[in-house]
Amino acid sequence: MDEKEAAKEIKDRFSDFGVDIPQEDIEERLEKLTSKFKVPMSEARRSVTNYFLKEYNISRGEFYGSQTETPLVNVKDLVEDGKWVNVKAKVLQLWDNTHESISQVGIVGDSTGTIKFVKWANANLPDVEENKTYYFRNVVVGEWNEKFQINLNKTSSIEEIDEDIEIGTSSVTASGAMVDIQSGSGLIKRCPECNRPLSKGACPEHGKVEGVYDLRIKAVLDDGESVHEALLNRELTEYIGEITLESAKSMASEALDPSVVLDYLKEKLMGKYYTITGPKLDRYILVETIEQQSRFDENELDELIASAEVV
Amino acid sequence: MAAFVREVAKRVFAQEFKESNLMFKDGEDQYSPQYLLTPTGAKVNRLFIVGTLTETEDIGTEAEFLRGRVSDPTGSFLIYAGQYQPEAAQVLSECEKPAFVAIVGKPNTYTTDEGDVITSVRPESISVVDGDTRDMWVLEAAKHTLNRINSLDKDEPNIKKVVEHYNTDKKHYYEMVQQALQSLKETD
Repeated sequence: MDEKEAAKEIKDRFSDFGVDIPQEDIEERLEKLTSKFKVPMSEARRSVTNYFLKEYNISRGEFYGSQTETPLVNVKDLVEDGKWVNVKAKVLQLWDNTHESISQVGIVGDSTGTIKFVKWANANLPDVEENKTYYFRNVVVGEWNEKFQINLNKTSSIEEIDEDIEIGTSSVTASGAMVDIQSGSGLIKRCPECNRPLSKGACPEHGKVEGVYDLRIKAVLDDGESVHEALLNRELTEYIGEITLESAKSMASEALDPSVVLDYLKEKLMGKYYTITGPKLDRYILVETIEQQSRFDENELDELIASAEVV
Repeated sequence: MAAFVREVAKRVFAQEFKESNLMFKDGEDQYSPQYLLTPTGAKVNRLFIVGTLTETEDIGTEAEFLRGRVSDPTGSFLIYAGQYQPEAAQVLSECEKPAFVAIVGKPNTYTTDEGDVITSVRPESISVVDGDTRDMWVLEAAKHTLNRINSLDKDEPNIKKVVEHYNTDKKHYYEMVQQALQSLKETD
């Protein structure tokens, strides 16, 4: 591409913004950069464009932004590492933050699926809350641990929108014996600001706060061939543990120790067989239904007896 | 960052567990996990057992050290719990016997002066369960054991090791499984 063509393009671009620059001026600057200063054409164009942007006080964001509009992409299509996108999604879950350079981390989803998001601390973006829908602009898709996530950085923006999104997820079913209930289960306290579980009475983000009580179970189901980690919310914990938040609180205050609730749940649930369903997000299955399996299948017994005959 | 993978709890009948004596390490590192290879080729670093706790005995000299026997349709497991398994030890000593219990634990071997290998289980957790759960475990253990017997011809390093070491008699283990399954029929 020679200076004339390049100059014409730049001129046209600027005229979109109501600025008429004489073509000769553009050509002259391009010419000077490419011939005299041996700058490659692409770099020269960039430099000249920036010069006129400054000269006419046009916002770079607007100028370039409208040129290459970041596409609004459905969550299930976020599968290209390094792609810049806009996403309209609901925050489903905020996780315990594990690193100081991360401000918030969790799961967002729309009608097509769910994806992990990471809001970096140096992005200086406002905090998001669970169960609210946001328009995330200019976020970048990244691949980490062989999974895709979206990263919110300095150039991203978050806008809360008053709209509820129905989350579409592929639900999984898993069965197995409950072989462990992990620490952080039972009666816990959450931060009233961000809903994160408190550790030693303090929120990693908001420091010492008056926590809000909650019940949950982080369970491990094992079927002898693979293990599934499952997260049960308060409602399911109350159901399967035959306990209520209120009774858990009085158990804890009677014993002056909240860990008695975890002990109770372990005693009640461990070693028994369960079938769970729910979407799998990262490590955990977010359990939507849980039932204890209480009886083996007679047909399966007969089949096994028959196959054990083959000697 | 390599993700930590939790060891799966294998289902093995007491008889097969008792007849196991091949321990090996997966890797050279001192922190490499240890496995017990059973005669049907289960590679066991963790076990899940449901059976009947029939008796416990404190065999500790100073501190409490409990030995429990948990029986399934084929035999019984020896369970040892001491000060490092306080929760499991508490259940062992406090629960009424006999009782159906579910145990998650690690396999252990001990070689006697005569050179015999005794296998036992060091529990991570013990909980009291019901008879239905126990029956489900028997069925599950039978299913897994059958799958392993049927895979003994596979050309895999661990399987070869197993066949070479135990010279596994498939018929012996088919009979063990059959006996366990028949016991479920009788209780109907």
